[in-house]
Amino acid sequence: MIAFNKYYNHFNLLSLALIVVSLLLLIFKGLNFGIDFKGGTLIELRASDSKINVSSLRDRFSQMDLGDVSVKKFGNDTDFLVKFENKDNKKNIIEEIKVNLDKSFGNNYDFRRVENVGPKVSAELLKSGVIAISLSLALMLIYIWIRFEWQFSLGAILALFHDVIVTLGVFSLFNLEINLSIIAAVLTIVGYSMNDTVVIFDRVRENLRKYSDIKIFELTNISINETLSRTIITSATTLLALLAIYFFGGEILKGFSLAMIMGVVFGTYSSIYIANTVLVRLRVSQKTVLREDDQKN
Amino acid sequence: MLYFSKLRILFITLFSVLFILIASSNLFKFDDSFFDKKINLGLDLQGGSYLLLEIDNEPVIEQKLQNLTTTIRNYFKEKNIKINNIKIDNQNIFFNVIDNDKQSVLDVFQDENSDLNPYYPRFKSHQLEIEDTGLNFKVNFSRQGLIKLKTSSQDQAIEIVRRRVDEVGTNEPNILKRGNNRILVELPGLDDPMRIKSLLGKTANLTFRFVTNDDNDRFGVEKLKFENGLEEATVSKRIIISGENLLDAQPKMDTQTNQTIVSFTLDRVGAKRFGKATSTGIGKQLAIVLDGKIISAPVVRDTIASGSGQISGGFTFQTATDLALLLRSGALPAPLEIIEERTVGPDLGQDSINAGMIALAIGFMLVIIFMFIKYKIFGLITNVTLIVNLFLLLGVLTLFEATLTLPGIAGIILTVGMAVDANVLIFERIKEELKDETNNILAFDGGYTKSRTAILDANITTLLAAIILFFMGSGPVKGFAVTLGVGIFTTLFSVYFIARLFTSIYVSRNKNKEKLI
Repeated sequence: MIAFNKYYNHFNLLSLALIVVSLLLLIFKGLNFGIDFKGGTLIELRASDSKINVSSLRDRFSQMDLGDVSVKKFGNDTDFLVKFENKDNKKNIIEEIKVNLDKSFGNNYDFRRVENVGPKVSAELLKSGVIAISLSLALMLIYIWIRFEWQFSLGAILALFHDVIVTLGVFSLFNLEINLSIIAAVLTIVGYSMNDTVVIFDRVRENLRKYSDIKIFELTNISINETLSRTIITSATTLLALLAIYFFGGEILKGFSLAMIMGVVFGTYSSIYIANTVLVRLRVSQKTVLREDDQKN
Repeated sequence: MLYFSKLRILFITLFSVLFILIASSNLFKFDDSFFDKKINLGLDLQGGSYLLLEIDNEPVIEQKLQNLTTTIRNYFKEKNIKINNIKIDNQNIFFNVIDNDKQSVLDVFQDENSDLNPYYPRFKSHQLEIEDTGLNFKVNFSRQGLIKLKTSSQDQAIEIVRRRVDEVGTNEPNILKRGNNRILVELPGLDDPMRIKSLLGKTANLTFRFVTNDDNDRFGVEKLKFENGLEEATVSKRIIISGENLLDAQPKMDTQTNQTIVSFTLDRVGAKRFGKATSTGIGKQLAIVLDGKIISAPVVRDTIASGSGQISGGFTFQTATDLALLLRSGALPAPLEIIEERTVGPDLGQDSINAGMIALAIGFMLVIIFMFIKYKIFGLITNVTLIVNLFLLLGVLTLFEATLTLPGIAGIILTVGMAVDANVLIFERIKEELKDETNNILAFDGGYTKSRTAILDANITTLLAAIILFFMGSGPVKGFAVTLGVGIFTTLFSVYFIARLFTSIYVSRNKNKEKLI
């Protein structure tokens, strides 16, 4: 048996530090919102001429008076991602750009993807993203409350907050782009992390009913160990699937799968070191469960 | 938990085979219409254009209020009430009446049977609200009145948008209402939406009006620019004929001048008015105005009584075709603005499909190998279940002709990774049971029963997240929610029926074997 409980305090401090750093990053550095949430225009361009590269593209685009233009390589050497704000929300901007690029590059390029999000839509998307995440956290809280005792509910929700905030913190730290698919990833993380926590909690509750003489500090450790191989196997298969998406699923899914990979790692960690420690700190005992059982009967 | 009746086995087998058949209908062609269903590919996979249009209702409201001032004036004139100082300011109509008439004006506006101010009994609200500010009356649209106005202009606009898109002839466009002032247009397979965008960006309000130098024209005059933006002309506000009077419009080649023109045919009312105007207006210039710009202003040479005519204006064949199309499909009630556009080229779509499939295959292989190494014979059972699960998932998506997007494929891969969870929970539990229990069958029974609550809880939480995503997410993300959500149900089915069936067969044949798992 591994003595996870030996490090409860250490890891609680670590998590606290992670959350504080993440929050500071989120407040002072902020997130790198993509055009979905900031508005603007995105063009994915494929070149068939080696003359077309990041610097020549940047050159061309900067002459077009589009405001801040970012040009990046996107996967292959021939693929580029161009993003700009499109502040005046010009209507025929794509056509203008095509005409302009034709002049310098002829027909040796191709727009593979064009996205243009107006300021109104991006504000709405951001709002609905925030609502979706908050709503999912609230629903999880309620569900666990119904299924378990409130101490468990609190533990689970703290673990979820931790996962979401730290994942976003990493995105802020490395300036990774937040777009619609990241919101989907965060919601899935919420589901996954919950899933993981619930399995351990289920065992904790079962053990609480079974043993009256074991303190919660020991009991959580027993429960973690009993479910440990399941935790490892499920995390491993999920990570295998996610790694397959990350490495082979194409550029578009990279951010999504990266967020999910982080989420699975954090989710597994927080189920053990946050959700359970809340139970310990709230001194959950056999009485807590039995009282609830009585009420339910 | 380990006993299966023959009937149940039959049912499970039939059910699985059915879904495998449905799923495989994506690859083969079936004659039967029930089986011949296909998963729809989202725009991000098959390529295409997604446009979100917003109707700018301001001009409609302005126009309605403008008409209303005339209506109010005439309505009360009949009742011998004189309306003074009527004006429009910031979407409100203001006017004065003498004190003695105040009550009767209020009565008219608040009468539920009033034909001036329609009453909507369902919403317990009038179309217009009136307020006595002390200085004057203030009339504006009520909340319900505005909603009615918006939905009606949305109804009209979606009809026109549909006609215009149909005329261009893209395959299976999807045109839907969003809220009460937006229209969503999905155009599969279209990789350059430029033409559609320019067609939808035009209101196509066509009027024929005389050019005049008389500033005291009874109907008022306005200065309008020509299409080229250089010249200007003063045009009467009197409308001779408008786009509504057109029956047909076609691009043609004028054989005499060798110019591309748009020829049109008028309805009876239009033909009559056009005939009258051209007979009295010989020698005058008749301006053809489209969306506030003059296309051309030819001089009337003859009376045109035939009810047909032509518009010339230095068109290319393309612009003439587009103008004819716009005129045929009618004018939009209000200008449309494209507030969101997402276009994916077909080759990127194909690349995404390929990448998704490769990721799925590799993810699947990795999980299968891992499970086999970890659980041997039971890993094999899990893997067979996983394959059936994949077919079930694809089968359900096919049955409902759901839309598969790139994140949707990610959802399938993720389902593969997470689907083994339930089986792992059961197997691990069985291992624990076997520590104290010597009877294999009882241990397996216990494993299944005791792991049930954890499995249910775990899946319900993921399902909750998927449901929220489905309702809050848009487009591709919705596709992810669908596969994730459906995947949970197919996973539970395959774990509790298929995997359990195999397990029960294996365990009952190896009742006395030691170290079973």
